[in-house]
Amino acid sequence: MKLERILLPLGVATILVAIWYAAVRSSGTKIFPSPFEVANGIGALIGKGLLWRYIADSLFRVAAGYAAAAALGVPFGLILGWWTPLARAFNPLIQMLRPISPLAWMPLAVIWFGVSNLAPIFLIFLASFFPIVVATMNGVRNVPPMYLQAGRNFGLSTPALLLRVVFPAVLPRIVVGLRIAFGIAWLVLVAAEMIAVDSGLGYLIIDARNAGKRYDLVIAGMLMIGVIGLALDAMIRRVELRFRGIEN
Amino acid sequence: MRFGGVHVLEDIELGVAAGEFVCILGPSGCGKSTLLNIIAGFLKPTEGEVAIDGEIVTGPDARRIFVFQERGVFPWLTVEGNIGFGLFRQSEAEKRERIQHYVQLVGLKGFEKSYPRELSGGMKQRLEVARALAVNPDVLYLDEPFGALDSITRLQMRRELLRIWHAERKTILFVTHDIEESVQLADRVVVLSARPGRIRRIVNVDIPHPRDLSDPRYIKLRDEIFAEIGLAHQV
Repeated sequence: MKLERILLPLGVATILVAIWYAAVRSSGTKIFPSPFEVANGIGALIGKGLLWRYIADSLFRVAAGYAAAAALGVPFGLILGWWTPLARAFNPLIQMLRPISPLAWMPLAVIWFGVSNLAPIFLIFLASFFPIVVATMNGVRNVPPMYLQAGRNFGLSTPALLLRVVFPAVLPRIVVGLRIAFGIAWLVLVAAEMIAVDSGLGYLIIDARNAGKRYDLVIAGMLMIGVIGLALDAMIRRVELRFRGIEN
Repeated sequence: MRFGGVHVLEDIELGVAAGEFVCILGPSGCGKSTLLNIIAGFLKPTEGEVAIDGEIVTGPDARRIFVFQERGVFPWLTVEGNIGFGLFRQSEAEKRERIQHYVQLVGLKGFEKSYPRELSGGMKQRLEVARALAVNPDVLYLDEPFGALDSITRLQMRRELLRIWHAERKTILFVTHDIEESVQLADRVVVLSARPGRIRRIVNVDIPHPRDLSDPRYIKLRDEIFAEIGLAHQV
C-alpha cells in the first residue's frame, strides 16, 4: 500500500519523461531541451551555487509575505466575523478586491516599493491576505451558537469568550484557509519575482529566457517550484489533519 | 412571549422550589425550549419576568448552567479541559480536585485525557453534565439532553441523572417531549399545550425513587398525561 503510493506516481513520471525525451529526439528541435539537458542545467546551477541561493530567496519572500498576511488576516477576520456591522462595512470592499489578480498590482508595487524585496513580498501578501481573512471571518460566523451560549453561561467576558471559545472553535477552519492561501502565495511567486529583483526561482525563469533563451533553465526553475510547492503543501496538510481530527 | 412575530408562549406562571426536579413537557414546537431559554436568561421575554431568589434574571449566570444535547461539549478540549472550563476563578489545586471529583461522579475515570470525538454519545452527555456541576451551580437547565441517544443509553442516563441529583441536590428544570421520561424523573411535570404554549396542567408525581415502571400509580399518572396531550393531538 505504502509502496504503491510511491511507485505509481514514480511510474507515471518516468513514462512522461520518456515521452518528453522521445518527442525532443524525434522532432529534432534545437530550442526545446531534453530531460538530460534540464538535468545538466540543474547541475550547472548547483555548481555555480545559484540554485540554493535562489531557493532560499524565493522561500524568504513567500514566507515574509505569507506570514504578514497570516498575522494581519487572522485577527482581521476574527474581528469581522465577530462584529457583524463591521463585516457589512468591509465585506463589499473585500469581495471587490479579491478577484483582482495580484499581477494587476505589479505597477503599483513598483512605484510604492521600488526595486527591492518589498515589491514581490507585497504581491505575495496581497495574494494570501484575502483568502485568510475570508476563511477566518466565515469560520467565526459558523461557530455553533451553543458554544457561545455555554461560554457566556460560565461567565466569560467578551475577550475571554473570543480567546477561549471562538478562536479554538474556528482554528480548524483558519488552518484550511491558511493552506489555501499558501497555495496561492506560492502560485504568484514567479510573477512577483518578475519585477524589481534579481534572484529567486521566478527570476531564474524570466532571466533564463531573456538572457539567452536557456529553456533548460526555464524548465529547471519550473520543476523546482513544483517540487518545493508539493513538499510544502504536504507539510501544511499534516498540520491541518491534526486540527481537523480534533474537530470531529 | 412573541418570537419573530410568532406568539410562542402565553400566561406561563410557574414557581419552582429549591432542590426540586421539574419536567417541562409538551409537543414539539410548543415553546418549551423557548421557555427554558427565557428562564436561563438567553432570551428576553416580550412580557413578564423571571425571578430567582427574588432577583430578576437579565442574562445567563454561572450559578445556573444550561446543558444542551451532548453537542455542547467543546471538541478542542479534553474531558479534563471541558470539566475545568468554568473553573477559572478557582485556584489550580481546587480546580484539579473538582475535576477529579466530577470525572469520578459521572463515571469518566480513565478518560481524563480523551477528546470528545473519542467518547460515545452518552459519555459526552455525562461530560456536559459534569462540566455544569463542576462550577457548583444552584440550578441545572436541561434541554432534551437525552434526545440524541439510543433508547438503552437514554434509560441508563436517566438513572445516572437521578443518582447525581440525589448526590448533589441541585434544582433541575428538564425539558422533554417524552411523557415516560418526565414521569420517571420529575417531582412535578408541567404539561404545555401546543403553540402558543400555555400550562395545561401540573402533575405531581408523588412516587419515591427508584420508581417501579409497572407500579399502578406510575401507569395511572402516565396515562393521565397521555390523555392530556392526546387531546391536543386529536385529528
